[in-house]
Amino acid sequence: MAQFSLNINGKSVQVDVDPNTPLLWVLRDHLDLVGTKFGCGIAQCGACTVHVDGEAVRSCSYPISIVEDKKVVTIEGLSEKGDHPVQKAWVEHDVPQCGYCQSGQIMSAASLLARNPKPTDEEITSAMNGNICRCGTYTRIKAAIKTASQTL
Amino acid sequence: MIPKFPFLSGPKTSNRSKVFRPSRREFLKIGSLASGAFLIGVNFQCSGPKGEIRTFAPNAYLSINSDNEVRIIAHRSEMGTGIRTSLPMIVADELGADWKSVKIEQAVGDEATYGDQNTDGSYSIRMFFEPMRRAGATARHMLLEAAGKKWEVDPAGCDTENGQVIHAASGQQIKFADLIDLLQDMEIPDQETLKLRKLSDYKLIGKDVPIYDVKDIAHGKALFGADMDLPGQQIAVIERSPVVGAKVINYAEDKALEIPGVNRVIKISGNGAHPGLNKPLEGIAVIADNTWAAIKGRAALQVEWDLGDNKDYQCAAQMEDMIRETLEDGKLRREKGDVKTAFGSSGTVLEKTYRAPYYAHATIEPPAALAHYKADGTVEIWAPTQHPQWARDSVAEALELDAANVRVNVTLLGGGFGRKSKPDYVVEAALLSRAIKKPVRVQWTREDDIHHDFYHSHSAQRIKAGLDAQGKLIAWNHHTVFPAIGGTSSADELHPSDGEMGLGCTDFPYDVPNIRIESHEAKAHTRIGWLRSVSNIHHAFAISGMLDEIAEVRGMDPVEHTLSLLGEDRQLSFNEEMKGEYPNYGEDITAYPWDTARMKRVIERVSTEANWSKSIQDGKAVGFAAHKSFLTYVACIVEVSRDENGKIIVPVVHYAVDCGIPVNTDRIRSQFEGGAQFASSLAMSSAINFENGQVRQNNFDSYQIIRMPQAPKQIYTHIIESQEKPTGVGEPPVPPFIPALCNALYQLNGKRIYELPVKEAFV
Repeated sequence: MAQFSLNINGKSVQVDVDPNTPLLWVLRDHLDLVGTKFGCGIAQCGACTVHVDGEAVRSCSYPISIVEDKKVVTIEGLSEKGDHPVQKAWVEHDVPQCGYCQSGQIMSAASLLARNPKPTDEEITSAMNGNICRCGTYTRIKAAIKTASQTL
Repeated sequence: MIPKFPFLSGPKTSNRSKVFRPSRREFLKIGSLASGAFLIGVNFQCSGPKGEIRTFAPNAYLSINSDNEVRIIAHRSEMGTGIRTSLPMIVADELGADWKSVKIEQAVGDEATYGDQNTDGSYSIRMFFEPMRRAGATARHMLLEAAGKKWEVDPAGCDTENGQVIHAASGQQIKFADLIDLLQDMEIPDQETLKLRKLSDYKLIGKDVPIYDVKDIAHGKALFGADMDLPGQQIAVIERSPVVGAKVINYAEDKALEIPGVNRVIKISGNGAHPGLNKPLEGIAVIADNTWAAIKGRAALQVEWDLGDNKDYQCAAQMEDMIRETLEDGKLRREKGDVKTAFGSSGTVLEKTYRAPYYAHATIEPPAALAHYKADGTVEIWAPTQHPQWARDSVAEALELDAANVRVNVTLLGGGFGRKSKPDYVVEAALLSRAIKKPVRVQWTREDDIHHDFYHSHSAQRIKAGLDAQGKLIAWNHHTVFPAIGGTSSADELHPSDGEMGLGCTDFPYDVPNIRIESHEAKAHTRIGWLRSVSNIHHAFAISGMLDEIAEVRGMDPVEHTLSLLGEDRQLSFNEEMKGEYPNYGEDITAYPWDTARMKRVIERVSTEANWSKSIQDGKAVGFAAHKSFLTYVACIVEVSRDENGKIIVPVVHYAVDCGIPVNTDRIRSQFEGGAQFASSLAMSSAINFENGQVRQNNFDSYQIIRMPQAPKQIYTHIIESQEKPTGVGEPPVPPFIPALCNALYQLNGKRIYELPVKEAFV
């Protein structure tokens, strides 16, 4: 076990965990931030996507020991009032079905638009390739990303 | 104990759309029984933040309190279909509530109160459309009576709207809440003469209504089974038998306990090689303070197994056996005319064999459940379950408790598709919580999920079709063989049940004079379950593939061919030809016949909307299929093409659907959009293989789900305007998509597809 000082959603927190613990389980089990979901544990499905220093990463395969001194943003911290353009577009298009993968989808989409506010269809498809939606909301995800893009 | 699944077992076994028709006495009884969050009964009073809050609840699904808050119970499980929105909105629409302020509460598993809660078989809307209308109408009737009394006007001149009763002639209006005192003296209306709104008067039904939870989901606040948390809870991760029926010989408990955070190691006993649908597999549970410690502790277990009878099972070998079986005479399941004579007089005979693999559900939320065995000997569960009543009964059975001592709370489900009907994971949590006297949340990993599912069965089919000298289809002989769901519970169940046969095989609707449908024996070597649309998946693949081939031989357009094969407009019951029962998805065949005219309508609609004829003239690679399942009529046209890199893509899909009265049109479309994607995975990328009794795939790297680059790009759903009884849309999008895609691929590549998945076409 080891002590880690983390910056999560703008707040400083301390945790005492096994250094190999993936960020996902620290968020979910130790910090009660359960908006980030477990889907596969091997960075294949994207349900656990969060931002580390602005970049979308798969928190299930991101050990806590390399998170220190970095800024982590989860779905809970993406916007204060749930009004990030991507979140608003998600509501407008009524994207979710079961909803479980959608935190990860939103975090991947937000990361894409932060670095490329006007992505092409191909760029959207490529950026979202790492996020599985088993319910199959892909057409609405793409439409919502385009809507969000128009507001940026 | 196996519950009744109407899609398998027919109408008389189900006790489903029970809506309360309370007499005055029952009404008060319900009130006195109620407790907790759901306050029932006009006489029931309790103090709230503003003093005394009174609640009016004319039935189990609905209550209005003196703060004018309308609460509606969602008694079916939300796994992505939108049912948690679409049933309550029926109540609200009929009631005349202000939908934006309605609060939806999820019911606990309790059949006596809510009727059937088995969220499966695409039957929530079918079974509960009328009961939900009646639930709303009962309250509305009483509110109108109360307002009429207050204003001394005829209630017939009053209406409800946005949470108020209004009297148009006098312009008076009053909030529902302000009538609660008067409601105490109102009679519960006679359910037989209860007046319902006209379809044209609805403001929500038939419209696009957003899902209730959309903001919570978009903000990361929606809670699923895996998110449940109680003070002092422990996390369990379980090493389960790698082969169904395997027994634990030995394991390194001490090694697991060396991992910091691991507290206990507990064995769960299995139930043999045919363990049933609601029992845990044999396994060793590692119980820890947190998930990571439990995962690491499990990895240290070094379990030694006696692999048992299934250790030599190879699915590839069984597939070859099944194909050989189809060459023999099988068990007769439906017969019309005499195919043998007809083949003798046929000018052309086509004979094709179709193979489809095992599939895993791979719900994006792996199974998880939290159980709290309390000091008083009761158990409380929080689980993402499609069937809270069966979960409750199964926990009671496993712990030898009265079901009254088991409370099952239903969380949101991160996908279901039939997997989360089976409560094995809920029972695991309950057993472990009892063992350690603390709350335990069982967390399945993705590998657990892929390795220990209740799989969609692999299948072999042979279809032989005879055309006479004029090219008319005169003989149809369909052989189907696959390990049956019944085989999960019994070694003696070697044939598909009448229910499984009725899923797209024996209900062959085409006007062919000679039909013979046969099944063959296959043993279950793993746990077989049901996956979104069940046996319709492989049956539609074979039948609609064969019909496309016959159309080509006859030189006919596939759409025209299918329309002509449907024959005269007529209503089919099949009964005189069936060699068993035809369950008809749990409905009386006279109330829900197979209506060829409705099928023709969806075919004509999809053909028009997709510009089918022009697409063919333009040389586009388009494929067509039509398939009715779960009493919903669907036709589908899929277009495929190659992108600039030569990769095959699916640019456009068109569906037409007749699901009777459309309830939530946006959620109908979303089920078809998702259904096309789900079917794309089955058609293009997913397959489970068994070697030595064990699943070879592990995770999403080897059990592949369609991703955005391969996913169909545009999906249009054309909904038939209908006054027919409403039917469900969760499963019906899946079956016709797969053959429509395969038929389109044939147009592109010139190669017929007889085996799923068609991976190579998309690599």
